[in-house]
Amino acid sequence: MENLIALLIAAPLLGAAVLLVGGRRLDAVGHWIGTFLSAASFVFGLILFADLLGKDAEHRTLTQHLWTWISVGGFQADVTFRLDQLSMTFVLLITGVGSLIHLYSVGYMEHDERRRRFFGYLNLFLAAMLLLVLADNYLLLYVGWEGVGLASYLLIGFWQHKPSAATAAKKAFLVNRVGDMGLSIAIMLMFTTFGSFAFGPVLSHTGDTSEGKLTAIGLMLLLAACGKSAQVPLQSWLGDAMEGPTPVSALIHAATMVTAGVYLIVRSGAIFNAAPDAQLAVTVVGAVTLLFGAIVGCAKDDIKKALAGSTMSQIGYMVLAAGLGPIGYVFAIMHLVTHGFFKAGLFLGAGSVMHGMNDEVDMRKYGGLRKYMPVTFITFGLGYLAIIGFPGLSGFFSKDKIIEAAFAKGGTEGWILGGAALLGAAITAFYMTRVMLMTFFGEERWRDRPTRSPEEPSAEPAAAHQGGAASGHAAAATGEPHPHESPKIMTIPMVVLAVGSVFGGAFFSLGDRFLHWLEPVTGHSEGDSPLSAATVTGATMVCLVVGVAIAWAQYGRKPVPALAPRGSLLTRAARRDLYQDDFNHVVLVRGGEHLTRSLVYVDHTLVDGVVNGTAAGFGGLSGRLRRLQNGFVRSYAVSMFGGAALLVAATLLMRAV
Amino acid sequence: MSATAVHSLWTTAADPISKIDAPKIEYGQLSPTLIVLGAALVGVLIEAFVPRKSRYYAQVFTAVVALCAAFAAVVALAADGYGTTKAHVAAMGAIAVDGPSLFLQGTIVLAGLVGLFTFAERRLDPQAHGNRVDSFAAQAASVPGSDSEKAAVKAGFTTTEVFPLLLFAIAGMLVFPSANDLLTLFVALEVLSLPLYLLCALARRKRLMSQEAAVKYFLLGAFASAFTLFGIALLYGYAGSVSYGRIAQVVDGTVTNVDPALADTMGNDALLLIGSAMIVMGLLFKVGAVPFHMWTPDVYQGAPTPVTGFMAAATKVAAFGALLRLLYVVLPGLRWDWRPVMWAVAVVTMLGGAIVAITQTDIKRLLAYSSIAHAGFILAGVIATSKDGVSSVLFYLAGYSFVTIGAFAVVTLVRDAGGEATHLSKWAGLGRRSPLVAAVFAVFLLAFAGIPLTSGFAGKFAVFKAAADGGAAPLVVVGVISSAIAAFFYIRVIVLMFFSEPKAEGPTVAVPSPLTMAAIGMGVAVTLVLGVAPQYFLDLASQAGVFVR
Repeated sequence: MENLIALLIAAPLLGAAVLLVGGRRLDAVGHWIGTFLSAASFVFGLILFADLLGKDAEHRTLTQHLWTWISVGGFQADVTFRLDQLSMTFVLLITGVGSLIHLYSVGYMEHDERRRRFFGYLNLFLAAMLLLVLADNYLLLYVGWEGVGLASYLLIGFWQHKPSAATAAKKAFLVNRVGDMGLSIAIMLMFTTFGSFAFGPVLSHTGDTSEGKLTAIGLMLLLAACGKSAQVPLQSWLGDAMEGPTPVSALIHAATMVTAGVYLIVRSGAIFNAAPDAQLAVTVVGAVTLLFGAIVGCAKDDIKKALAGSTMSQIGYMVLAAGLGPIGYVFAIMHLVTHGFFKAGLFLGAGSVMHGMNDEVDMRKYGGLRKYMPVTFITFGLGYLAIIGFPGLSGFFSKDKIIEAAFAKGGTEGWILGGAALLGAAITAFYMTRVMLMTFFGEERWRDRPTRSPEEPSAEPAAAHQGGAASGHAAAATGEPHPHESPKIMTIPMVVLAVGSVFGGAFFSLGDRFLHWLEPVTGHSEGDSPLSAATVTGATMVCLVVGVAIAWAQYGRKPVPALAPRGSLLTRAARRDLYQDDFNHVVLVRGGEHLTRSLVYVDHTLVDGVVNGTAAGFGGLSGRLRRLQNGFVRSYAVSMFGGAALLVAATLLMRAV
Repeated sequence: MSATAVHSLWTTAADPISKIDAPKIEYGQLSPTLIVLGAALVGVLIEAFVPRKSRYYAQVFTAVVALCAAFAAVVALAADGYGTTKAHVAAMGAIAVDGPSLFLQGTIVLAGLVGLFTFAERRLDPQAHGNRVDSFAAQAASVPGSDSEKAAVKAGFTTTEVFPLLLFAIAGMLVFPSANDLLTLFVALEVLSLPLYLLCALARRKRLMSQEAAVKYFLLGAFASAFTLFGIALLYGYAGSVSYGRIAQVVDGTVTNVDPALADTMGNDALLLIGSAMIVMGLLFKVGAVPFHMWTPDVYQGAPTPVTGFMAAATKVAAFGALLRLLYVVLPGLRWDWRPVMWAVAVVTMLGGAIVAITQTDIKRLLAYSSIAHAGFILAGVIATSKDGVSSVLFYLAGYSFVTIGAFAVVTLVRDAGGEATHLSKWAGLGRRSPLVAAVFAVFLLAFAGIPLTSGFAGKFAVFKAAADGGAAPLVVVGVISSAIAAFFYIRVIVLMFFSEPKAEGPTVAVPSPLTMAAIGMGVAVTLVLGVAPQYFLDLASQAGVFVR
């Protein structure tokens, strides 16, 4: 049965190869090949899942050794896969949601002449992501890690003719580089500390290793997670990544790739458990990011960017949970899965709205769309209820558990983290309600006006049409939009995801199914919460109501202005992503420029000076010594005689000494 | 005086005489040397009896056959185990037949064969009066520029004596590293040196320069020989013997049955130290170590280029062989005295050769200084005083000798109206005009510089490793610094050849006969084989790295 594991990866990899190498002759069927192979991988996943369920909890780990990749002295790297409950969960999420999004993309990308390539990249992404979660050692994981980075880069910049998309792709790649550096350093540290980077040896020897080393490894892993999962301080790329086609935002930048950081931390749980300082850093990063993302999400008028802020914030919850140790690991993953459903659903809904609105992304130019796109409205609405944690839906179960676990951390830390998580829940309710109200309720602000006001050109539609992309309504691009429901091939995946958003949480939580499933891998312990579960749930409900109420007061009761008001200081800061880019520019870009300039100066004057000086010195010496060679035998003989005398004298002297 | 007394006098006098054993000479084991010497004598006879027109062919044929046979003999001896298990001292203690001997003899014979190819090249110089000519003077005895010289050129004379001279020199070189007593060492030294002095004087073009070089070489060589001979006398005074084994025993203090007549001087350390220093000085002169190197650039530049190539390669092999045997067999007990001195010599040799080479403008002088720097690198291996030291030096010498002959063979190809164009400025842009020749020369330069995948790297690595293991790490540091300096001027030539604009009336590259092509091809092949897959040869050198005592 374990031989099936390689097929999980092989199917989408084959798809990527066929689609990217096959060329134009596959244009007609390429998207179906890609979708089919993605679905095939999902089917393999289901078969393996059934197999795992058939075993008892302790024996649900399958490994498949393919070949020895590198073997040099004590350095051994194997291509070995490991399928346990944790990776199984990811496999089902990745291939399941991935297949739905493939299906959706068939419709969404219908008019894009590079659709075949798009599916090739999507398949490449699936293969790399599966490699990431199935690897049995950190080096192989790193291959997948870089692979998803590459796929993300290619897909963000898929409409590369748009400068904004090309820049966003580059930005994502560069910021991720910083995180990747952390992962590579962590792997090197593991090798020097444990003599190996396979999960088995590394994770089972944390007990007999100094805490300092483990803390260093943990912090480097956290840096890697920050890069991939867009956590503060490496969060700046995620908002710009929305330049990619919307299915990409749904699959890569909401449901799967951005959660790789959470996977990394949970997988390396043994290291973090033994390094409390690193764990504390993880919780701090998670708490800061969940507030950061939520605040940014409140101020964005671009529907995708608002959702991106929300993604950042929700992953902040997961990272926070992962940082709590065994009391949080299971809930981090559970929230990851439910979030995968509802956030992918929300993004697909946003894509559907854009599809019907000539690719307009500014929510101030939406309004009252519920009548025109009922399916989108309902599925989006269910996703909305799920994410704000409406009782009974997915988010309610998973987020509530994380808040509980944060309080259960105990002490002042517990209060601060729990408080942050609660506050985050309130803000989540606020910004999601805002999105909902601005899009589907209120007056129809798109009437009697072009979707793009001349003074505020939105790059995406224009460029999308240049590439023949996304919308089939090029003629109407500058006129009044005609909102309409999307075709079935797009709405069906949305419906399926909405079902998951509604029932997933309850299914996982009732009878602690998910806890029992994952516990053998991650371990679990009950915290010592100062508050009862009911109190926490009650407080969360209060926050929820407050958030929704404020949003209603601001956006439901009075009409939404078509142009954004100036807003408070915080709003303006949040619109600029809390000055993340300005900060990076001042500190990193300008600092880097100063550093390189001074290094170049040092190189030119000092280094070149020393090098050229040395060369000139040897040249001069050479010229001088050369004069000794004057061509006269008598001088040569004197030199020999002197040499012989020295030789004899030195030999005698050596004896005397 | 009674008859009985006379009788007894006779008997006492006659008795020891009847006990003198006939000297036992193992002709088979000395066959490489004997074949070459015999062929040299045949060459003299050819000069005397064969008509002038056929001499060239007869000489080349004889020499090639002799060298091939000698190499076969070396291989046969080595295969028979004389390099390892059957190693012993032959010819009444005069010649050692052991691993280093056979390895170096094989190297010298092959280098001699390749050198012979360049000697026999007759297509590079334009034909003189319808006769093909080689690199050597038409008639050595005629005064340069005189009428008799012109007559000799017109008559199509060639100095075919170079072939027997070459064979004599090779014979001397074969004995030099295997000499096992000081007298044999000295005889071999002279046998190899005198033909070389002559050969240096025989250039066809720039004859005055060639003759000047020969005279300088001869004077300084004689000067150095005098030191050596004096040193030999002092060592004899110290040990009462010229035999390597016996001297070593006296140095170690393990000697028995001292001759009472020698008891006074024997074991006088001053004699030992001064004597050995002087012999070592004579050998350092031959390898071209600083400060005994000053003949090298002048002689390398003035001598006919085939002679330079041969001499730079084979002399160095032979002289380092002799130096190794002297230091490892005769003077190991003295190593705490000679090692520091040799350290100093190695350091100044490496640095001196590399530094002065920077400002050279003549390719032959450049290669001369390069050979000095390489002598320093090899000395670093000698100083290791370990089995690895011996084998690394053997390997280095094998690789280096072929690179050297090949490089000088390339020099013979680049010509203008005045013969070989040796000034570096004329080599500018050679890579554009003759990419193949320039590429081959670049390979040799990279090997000199010790770039990986060439024999130079493998050799230098082996030598430096042995030196570092032998406790001479500072020497290795100096060696690496010198290599860096040396890399500058090697690579500068490559840059000159490939990245400079060719000059308008630059030199042309002559198309050689298969002889020179074979010499260059063998140089490239050995350089690459020893660079890419050195292990077999390192093992071979390692097996051969034990001296018989």
